[in-house]
Amino acid sequence: MADEQNAKSMSIIVTKGTLDWAYPPFILATTAAAMGLDVTMFFTFYGLGLLKKDMNLKVTTLGNSAMEMPMMGGHMAMPNIMAALPGAPALTTAMMKNLIKKKGIASVEELREMAIESEVNMIACQMTLDLFEYKREDLIDGVAIGGAASWVEVATKSEINLYI
Amino acid sequence: MADVTLDAKGLNCPLPILRAKKALKDVPTGGTLEIQATDPGAVKDFEAFCRTTGNELVEHHQDGNVYVFTIKHTA
Repeated sequence: MADEQNAKSMSIIVTKGTLDWAYPPFILATTAAAMGLDVTMFFTFYGLGLLKKDMNLKVTTLGNSAMEMPMMGGHMAMPNIMAALPGAPALTTAMMKNLIKKKGIASVEELREMAIESEVNMIACQMTLDLFEYKREDLIDGVAIGGAASWVEVATKSEINLYI
Repeated sequence: MADVTLDAKGLNCPLPILRAKKALKDVPTGGTLEIQATDPGAVKDFEAFCRTTGNELVEHHQDGNVYVFTIKHTA
C-alpha cells in the first residue's frame, strides 16, 4: 500500500517453503509495505507452498549445518545426520515453533495475513502450479497467477529486487 | 500525553513497526502516537521508519527495559 504518490517499489522472488525461510520474504514485504513501498512477491518452486491455504511448514536440520538451537543456557548443534532419525524433523519444527511463540515473533500465517491486509501483490508461478500439480483452489484468495514476464515487468520498475 | 498509545511490549521484529503503522491510521494528522516496546532493535527501526515515511520521531527514551517512542503523524 503506497501512502505517497511516486512511492518506491520492492519485488521479492520467493523460492523456499520451509518454516525458517518463510520468514525473510514475509518480514521484508510487510515492513516495506508499512514504510509506504509498493511490494510484489513472486512465489515459485518451493516458495509456492507459502500460498497454500494450509501451510503446515517444517524445518529440518538437513542442509542446515549452521543450525543451533538455544538449550539450557547454551546452544545445541543440530548435525545434518539428525534429520535421518525418525521424528527428527517434527522435533526441530516443534522446537522452532515453540521458540517463535516464546520470543513474541509473529507466525508465518500472521505475517501473510498482514501482507494481504497491506495490499502486497502476490503472484503465484503458473509453471510451478503445473509442475507440482497444484490447483488455483489450493491457494489462498487474492493471489494473481503469472509467469516470469510478470515479475520482470515489476522488477524493471522497482528500486529493490530480492531473490530469497 | 499522546493521542494514541500502543503497547508493543513483548513483540519482536517486525511486529512493533507493523502495529505502529496500523495505529498511525487512528491518529489524526499532527497528532501523536506513543509506542511502548521491549525489542531493543526497535530503536534503530523506528528511526528508519520515520525517516522513510516522513513521520516525525519527536522523542524516544528508555524506561527500565521498555523503549518509549513518540511519533507525530505528519506523513
